[in-house]
Amino acid sequence: MTQMTLAKAIGAGLRRALTDDDHVLLMGEDIGELGGVFRVTDGLKHEFGAERVVDTPLAESGIVGTAIGLAFRGYRAVCEIQFDGFIYPAFDQIVAQVAKLHARTNGAVTVPLTLRVPYGGAIGSVEHHSESPEAYFAHTAGLRVVTPSTPQDAYSMIRMAIASNDPVIYFEPKRRYWSKGEVDLEEVPLPLDKARVAREGTDVTLIAYGPLVATALDAAEAATDEGISIEVIDLRSLAPIDFDTVEDSVNKTGRAVIVHEAAQFGGLGAEIAAVITDRCFYSLEAPPQRVTGLNTPYPPAKLEEHFVPDLDRMLDAVDRVMGRENSLTGWTAR
Amino acid sequence: MRTGLSEKTQPTASAIDDEPVQLLTPEGVRTESVEYDTWVEDLTGDDLIAIYQDMVVVRRFDNEATALQRQGQLGLWPPSLGQEAAQIGSARALRKDDFVFTSYREHGVAYVRGVQLEDMTRVWRGTANSGWDPFTVNMATPAVIIGAQTLHATGYAMGVQRDGADSVAVAYFGDGATSQGDVNEAMIFAASFKAPVIFFCQNNQWAISEPVGVQTVRPIADRAPGFGIPSIRVDGNDVLAVMAAMRVALERARTGGGATFIEAVTYRMGPHTTSDDPSRYEDLGEREEWAAKDPIQRLERYLDDQGILTDDVRTAVKAAEDDAAKRFRAACIALEDPEPMTIFDNVYAEPHSGLERQKREYAAYLSYIEGGTR
Repeated sequence: MTQMTLAKAIGAGLRRALTDDDHVLLMGEDIGELGGVFRVTDGLKHEFGAERVVDTPLAESGIVGTAIGLAFRGYRAVCEIQFDGFIYPAFDQIVAQVAKLHARTNGAVTVPLTLRVPYGGAIGSVEHHSESPEAYFAHTAGLRVVTPSTPQDAYSMIRMAIASNDPVIYFEPKRRYWSKGEVDLEEVPLPLDKARVAREGTDVTLIAYGPLVATALDAAEAATDEGISIEVIDLRSLAPIDFDTVEDSVNKTGRAVIVHEAAQFGGLGAEIAAVITDRCFYSLEAPPQRVTGLNTPYPPAKLEEHFVPDLDRMLDAVDRVMGRENSLTGWTAR
Repeated sequence: MRTGLSEKTQPTASAIDDEPVQLLTPEGVRTESVEYDTWVEDLTGDDLIAIYQDMVVVRRFDNEATALQRQGQLGLWPPSLGQEAAQIGSARALRKDDFVFTSYREHGVAYVRGVQLEDMTRVWRGTANSGWDPFTVNMATPAVIIGAQTLHATGYAMGVQRDGADSVAVAYFGDGATSQGDVNEAMIFAASFKAPVIFFCQNNQWAISEPVGVQTVRPIADRAPGFGIPSIRVDGNDVLAVMAAMRVALERARTGGGATFIEAVTYRMGPHTTSDDPSRYEDLGEREEWAAKDPIQRLERYLDDQGILTDDVRTAVKAAEDDAAKRFRAACIALEDPEPMTIFDNVYAEPHSGLERQKREYAAYLSYIEGGTR
């Protein structure tokens, strides 16, 4: 076991993939000499050379599109999109090409592409640097979408994403890049498409992923002061979603709160709430609640604390499903 | 080079003559070209007849496919009428181990690569996502999103470089595609990494109803030198000139010289697709002018003058054409509808819990409906 930050853990996973398979290569803007703007690929160009750690032209569609051509030739490209908000120029290549080529070619062509995308807010940055675009991609057949929340998963999941014969969009919770944790480099990981019970509880299921798992765990801890036992699920995979794990938990607790930074409308929370309602209807004590980003553009940094769900907003939703006083009822007790 | 792939310098960008390279006039007269003659001097009479026959067969096939669409056997068809020289001439210059990424009108290219005629119509009949396995003919399933395939070709060429091979990737696209960001990005990647890729643009003068002047105010071939890519403007209705230009580009790519851009100047003699109505926009005078520059007619005149096109050859070509048409019609009409549950096939390469569940539920629904008496 080694202590490392989440960013270092991804880097360690990339190093391992480059070592194990000489058809793996990294592509992206500033990933070579600079080591990426978040230093995730630090040192890899010197270890593996410029042919395998490729500083590309500043063209996101070009990065993804050429990675597809490399896949035709048997290569597994790991493309870094520098920031979440920069992914849109590559949207066609991702949803119309990467996602559909396997089906379009009757299974002849596999596109074992991994797209690394730092995402999410709360880092005090400017426009286009704090977005959560996961729903666009989770909605698209042919893509797998995953996001780790711990250094251990960051390491194991990037390796599994690269090894997968399907295209995987690997969303990196950028505000957690510097969070430290134990990483077992030889861990036998949970499968890439499985959710993880991050904390067991009996009253409420709090479903989170990526950057908000840590916040959800803090909320669960805080709730114990009021005698509420929260079970936290870290989804890990957003497409597909491990609904069996969600179902088991909600059938046990009877209450569900889903949290994500992305805007609420048409977000993953809606899909999860719909499935919970479908599968757990007779176990539910209250309607599933969502705590999400607002249905607005991501705001200026000085306002982002209002956009990104925090511990208090999560606990307010927990109060709602528990039938306790909450922001919708007002201070009824006084 | 920053890539470390090659120490050679960038190819020199040169200005383009507006006048396309031509080895055969519309009247079928062979003109001399110091620069390009040597690239086709190996072609024998038999080779020329084979080229001629390919063009004739592909035109006939294309007409048959249009007719099948009118008869309701195909949902849609994009005719390649008039572009036979550009497609046959370029594709015949390729090796088996080269790899082709095309748009959806390149029936002549597919034919030369070895795709069966009825397989070309599978997607247009709606029975399959792809008509063939890309790796058996080294030609990708055609891209419908305009220009997207140029990046795939460039990436493939980057893979060839890493493998130390001398195969070449070819991207086929049209004049409309040159306005797409992807085509321009592809040229940037190809130039920066000196990738062995050929950008083969068939300028057929039309992007559905938009004349090429909407895409560019200069010859399209003029753009590539700005990217550091050598460019050739060739008469796209002259099969010899097209083949010569392609061979020049292939030689450059195979020997580490990187990309070449070829603008084959041709004309779309049919509609964009069978759903199009060119009478709303076409210039009949211009169409007449281009009809006089027909690619098959000009090769026919040349072969006739050379005494190669004997009555026996004519008879044999006609028989080949008729035979191909007959076989194609029968095979196309015989293409069966796929089974409903195949809709779930090949969405993912590995098991996917979400899709598996939906598949089970839909199978149950189908058997419920089919077995029901209500």
